[in-house]
Amino acid sequence: MVWNRRIAYINLTTGKIIAKPIPKEVRRLYLGGRGINMYLLYNHVNPKVDPLSPENVLFVGTGLLCGVPALGSGRCDIAAKSPITGGVGDSNIGGFFAPELRLAGFDHLVISGKAEKPVYLWINDGNIEIRDASHLWGKDAFEAQDVIRDDNEDEEVRSLVIGVAGENLVRFANVRTGMKNSAGRTGMGCVMGSKNLKAIAAHGTMDIEFSYPDELLDYCREMNKMIMETRWAKAQSKWGTLIIYSNTNTTGLIRTRNFQLNRLDEGEDLEPENMDRYTIGMSGCYGCAVHCRHRYVLREGPYAPIFAEGPEYTSLGAFGTMVDCKKMETVLVANHLVNKYGLDTLETGGLIAWAMELYEKGIIDEKYTDGLKLEWGNEEVLYELIKQIAHRKGFGNLLADGFKTAIAKIGKGSEYYAIQIKGMSNLHSDERPTPSLALGIATSTRGADHLRSRPAIDLYGLPEELLQEIYGAPVSSDYTSYKGKSWMVVWQERLYSVTDSIGTCKFQTVFCAVHAPKWQEFAKLIQLTTGMEFTKAQLMEVGERIYTIERMFNLREGFSRKDDALPERYFKEPTPIGLPIAKGKKIDKDKFEKMLDEYYVLHGWDENGYPKKETLEKLGLAKEPSHRV
Amino acid sequence: MEKILFIDPEKCSGCRICESVCSLYHEKVCNPTRGRIHVVKWETSGIYIPMVCQQCETPLCEVVCPMHAMKRDEKTGAILIDYDLCVGCKLCVMFCPFGGVNLDAKTRKIVKCDLCGGDPLCVKFCEPQALQYLNATAINLRKRRVAAEKLSDLMKKMLAIV
Repeated sequence: MVWNRRIAYINLTTGKIIAKPIPKEVRRLYLGGRGINMYLLYNHVNPKVDPLSPENVLFVGTGLLCGVPALGSGRCDIAAKSPITGGVGDSNIGGFFAPELRLAGFDHLVISGKAEKPVYLWINDGNIEIRDASHLWGKDAFEAQDVIRDDNEDEEVRSLVIGVAGENLVRFANVRTGMKNSAGRTGMGCVMGSKNLKAIAAHGTMDIEFSYPDELLDYCREMNKMIMETRWAKAQSKWGTLIIYSNTNTTGLIRTRNFQLNRLDEGEDLEPENMDRYTIGMSGCYGCAVHCRHRYVLREGPYAPIFAEGPEYTSLGAFGTMVDCKKMETVLVANHLVNKYGLDTLETGGLIAWAMELYEKGIIDEKYTDGLKLEWGNEEVLYELIKQIAHRKGFGNLLADGFKTAIAKIGKGSEYYAIQIKGMSNLHSDERPTPSLALGIATSTRGADHLRSRPAIDLYGLPEELLQEIYGAPVSSDYTSYKGKSWMVVWQERLYSVTDSIGTCKFQTVFCAVHAPKWQEFAKLIQLTTGMEFTKAQLMEVGERIYTIERMFNLREGFSRKDDALPERYFKEPTPIGLPIAKGKKIDKDKFEKMLDEYYVLHGWDENGYPKKETLEKLGLAKEPSHRV
Repeated sequence: MEKILFIDPEKCSGCRICESVCSLYHEKVCNPTRGRIHVVKWETSGIYIPMVCQQCETPLCEVVCPMHAMKRDEKTGAILIDYDLCVGCKLCVMFCPFGGVNLDAKTRKIVKCDLCGGDPLCVKFCEPQALQYLNATAINLRKRRVAAEKLSDLMKKMLAIV
């Protein structure tokens, strides 16, 4: 039963470990996963602490529905104060770690302090040990997992690990499990590295009980069927997220040469069908019917042989369009390198693309880059920079500190070319033609980001009656319109907050699939799993509460309305190419500000983005921090 | 006609839904270690192989059982355990070449795949169809067709049709 899973407080400085139950009221207010992590973040991280100091706290949490055989329920949420933005750090990871953690008796870990030397956590059937990890330090993200399995003579162990990038405190180092799963964003691997924590390993054999097991089994089958009937899931099971490229590159919604073009010409080799040359089959996360990632093999070329998983659409942009590399093979090699070193693919590609544009514009030169010629499409330079970043060598060392520091050091107007918000890189998507997507990245609590609110179905031009039915309010079916789009963003924020808290996959709710499970289905799954009853309105309120406490954390760290901004280029440079609907588009500054005003009103925040007193009272947040757990 | 739980590891995506539904159906909990089926994985080489009782034609578990507790169900062809006779000696666990018979660590009972009484749930949940429940003859024909497809590609190339 979810009710007997505990939260463990682990102090790496003192070695003290305390386990406690998770109060029901906390479940009711925040569910689990991201929700409880965000509550813990606000309550346990003191204002203004240095993200790399022992005072920062790392949170690991399983979703409320973890273990349920549906909708990819094995997702894990990792949080801390972000070393990239200085605000909310939060990243979600699939694979098989979260079920092992819950099977081992724990749902949440609160890891504070700093170990004297490298350690890893060993979690097994109700016990947690802090173990020496000296022999793991320096190992890449794949090898480290295998060594832990070998050490324990247990093939079923699943681990969250950092690669050398995390050890070297690269600000955007990620946390990894398996071959491809990554808690990629906001630098959670850097926080692990700062605590000398190489890995968290778990294997459990404790029953996960449910309130209504028979009905749950039937309903899970219904849910998997529901998602598999969508065209999105069918396409994903064959091509993965690479399928998005076919649409966005045709339309002109894809950042190319950093931000100079919005479509990659002669980009045919990056079409998803070309993965057939390399794939040996698909791979799925725990409890997922869709199985959206490729297992691929590179048999030829200087980097062969490589066996790896992926790449996601994100890597296709990071090491393809944004840096003007036109070969699938380049994406596959670079994807493997960042996964091995434990770097966020998106941040890495975003920074390299930016540096290439600075080089082109003459803002930096060969002297500045220690002899590296940062020319567009130069794959060798791309690989070299990835290595330099991970090892903090040469010019890569400058990029390893992320946008904020790199902009300050380079100066000379370099900020204008950086496609970042709150210090974090944006995806390679070009939001100039799409106000809803633009508002989403500007307001996201974790910096430029597409996974906090992206209403991807806005791009489909759906009938307005259908949009009315989904969103419960009028929304324009024209994706270049501003009408109803602030509500669309708020609605999606709530949905994704809940999805990340029950621990199912965002691709299996209303992200790209219109007829995917959402509020009612989530409520029924929660009821069959835990016995807790929620109405749609109540679940939406939980989503709003989670998003608001994230906002409160950022405000406490000094963020305000000025940080909910877009890079200047979105207002100044119209998109140069693309289909008529995407060409010549830029965001209208006045309309954007109006949309932002509307967005604050919908949240019950004042014109500066601060939650009003009555909003906090309504959501039960007036007395935070309340230290319930 | 008797059906067979047919495994095609090439199609397995490693999601382990089969393990969870097996334990949920039989034990009313989610616990892969208590399921009758297990996906053996080599994650870093990308190899996933679902392992489950093969309902052998000459079942070693039946041969070695001193209590004659293993019996074939005439309707489904599954080898079932008669718990009135089983003493839990674990000889079946020891001799099964596939790990198809297990000791449930919690109940201390010997457990194995019973084909869910003729309608295996793991098959229903296996979206990539790595697990299928098929007529024995259909399997033979299917295997031959898959093998022949590879040959036909070769022949087409030889004849320069493509």
